Amino acid sequence: MNRTVGGPVQVSGEVLTLKRVGAYHHLTLIAPGVAEGFRPGSFVALSVGGEMSERLLRRAFGVYRVRATGAYGGTVEVVFEVTGQGTRWLSRLNPGATLDVVGPLGRPFALPKEPVSCTLVGGDEGSARLFGLAQRLRERGCGVHMVLTAATEGRLFGALEAKRAAKTVLVSTEDGSVGIKGDVGGVLPGLLARTSADVVYAAGPDEMLHTVAEAAETHGAWSQTAVDQSMPCGTGVCMACVLPVVGEDGVTRMVRACVEGPVFRGDRVRWGDLGTIPDGTRGEPR
Amino acid sequence: MNGVDLSTSLAGLVLPNPVMSASGCAGTGRELSAFYDVADLAAFVTRSITLDPCAGYPPSRMVETPSGMLSAVGLQGPGVQGFLASELPWLAQRRTRTIVSIAGSTLGEYAELVRRLAAGPGVTGVEVNLSHRSSEGSGRVLAGDAYQAARVISVVRRDSPPGVPVFAKLVSDGQSVVDVARAVVDAGADGVVLINSPPGMAIDPVTLRPALGGTTGGLSGPAVHPVAVRCVWEVHEAMPDLAIIGVGGVRSGLDALELLLAGASAVQVGSVTFADPSACIRVLRELGEELASRNIPRIADVIGRAHRLEGEQL
Repeated sequence: MNRTVGGPVQVSGEVLTLKRVGAYHHLTLIAPGVAEGFRPGSFVALSVGGEMSERLLRRAFGVYRVRATGAYGGTVEVVFEVTGQGTRWLSRLNPGATLDVVGPLGRPFALPKEPVSCTLVGGDEGSARLFGLAQRLRERGCGVHMVLTAATEGRLFGALEAKRAAKTVLVSTEDGSVGIKGDVGGVLPGLLARTSADVVYAAGPDEMLHTVAEAAETHGAWSQTAVDQSMPCGTGVCMACVLPVVGEDGVTRMVRACVEGPVFRGDRVRWGDLGTIPDGTRGEPR
Repeated sequence: MNGVDLSTSLAGLVLPNPVMSASGCAGTGRELSAFYDVADLAAFVTRSITLDPCAGYPPSRMVETPSGMLSAVGLQGPGVQGFLASELPWLAQRRTRTIVSIAGSTLGEYAELVRRLAAGPGVTGVEVNLSHRSSEGSGRVLAGDAYQAARVISVVRRDSPPGVPVFAKLVSDGQSVVDVARAVVDAGADGVVLINSPPGMAIDPVTLRPALGGTTGGLSGPAVHPVAVRCVWEVHEAMPDLAIIGVGGVRSGLDALELLLAGASAVQVGSVTFADPSACIRVLRELGEELASRNIPRIADVIGRAHRLEGEQL
């Protein structure tokens, strides 16, 4: 089925393990061929409900980890929260259950050529998308600092793993149940200054990405933000996951999160205009 | 494939098989090239091309509904110039049989679209989207109105090169689909595409407001399949010689077979591609298997067969 080396494959995946982690579910699927094309930031699109499902749209998840080979062949891991019927179905799967897997999809995080200082900001389960990135950055000699942020301690993901993945880890929760109390906007400017951050990577809710993109811009760092939009197909054909992004030419276009993203330069996304066709967008109604 | 002759003829076109992608459901073709070769399709039907670039409707654009989905994309696309510059050449280079779908807001726009597109490289046919809601959101749909639909088709036919068939895409929810089909055929249509997605609506349980940015959207998926079968049946019954492309909720080879039995000479696979990027090619393979399992040697043997009396000879 795979026609381009390293491109997406469509395979029947098999549930290897499904574990509860705080507010989330950690799903490991045997899905041969996905790992080969994986780069940090890419995602997989999973079918839900089984073969005769009346639920037709895919559920897209940023990839947590992949293994190209191992005792079970290639595996891919995702972390998700139950937000509706599709994710509820996924959360109840038993080992051995099968579902259709398409991936890896999307444009990954851009990696720096030089060994620069990098800050990785993960909100909620979005942090799962950053561990593969942290490893690649370390391999390139980059300094890696991580920030994990969520509303409460139970909604953090990967705090222990972050200690192994990064030189420094900063945790913030809105309710102060662990780490620094408050949102990421309070802690980020100081951290970016202390670590002399050159690049900021982020994955999490839109509001957090907005905050991170602005903090990076103020500090003078590049930012790479992975959006978490609902992607009904994941392959670029349904045109539902669009958001307003400013191109190199300064023109705003409605672009697909699944194909042109999910990783965007943070300073290119019109965060305050998500969910709209902003004035001046190419092709807006006149 | 299984020794079954899958070729079909359609308004003067001879196609190697009867399965096409449906407009607006297969992107530019490139997106699906990781999963199959679009040149293997009977035809690749483009998204509906508008004269100017179009940003479409604001999100949310899609809602999952029982056995289907509502979508309100609003014909987002690059406009005719962008399409000719960056989308059609890729299709032509792969020798894809391309049916260009066009959507205008005025007769003049339809005429200009067809003049600029119908002679393009690799263009095998023109599909006329008559369901374009104008940007003012007036909800005016031409496809359900025999007079209006015929006016558009006569303009498109007049400005299309001979040998490039014109297909009118009709709807289930306006005037009688048979009456509209007759009108567009009289106006010069070489065939009809049955059916465009019927309008539907959903309310968001959290905001308690319309769930779609475009308020209403087109219902597609298996939920509409029986409606498509009914429309194909009625039009074939009234005009047995008319070329019909059946579309609506085709998820399997058996669904495709149903539309052929009802009288379609070709089928389009639409929103099921969102769920399964390989859907078109899988449906084609399954269709061959459906025929083989019934010892039917040719696609031509099943077209309109449901209309024959029991025991009637082929």
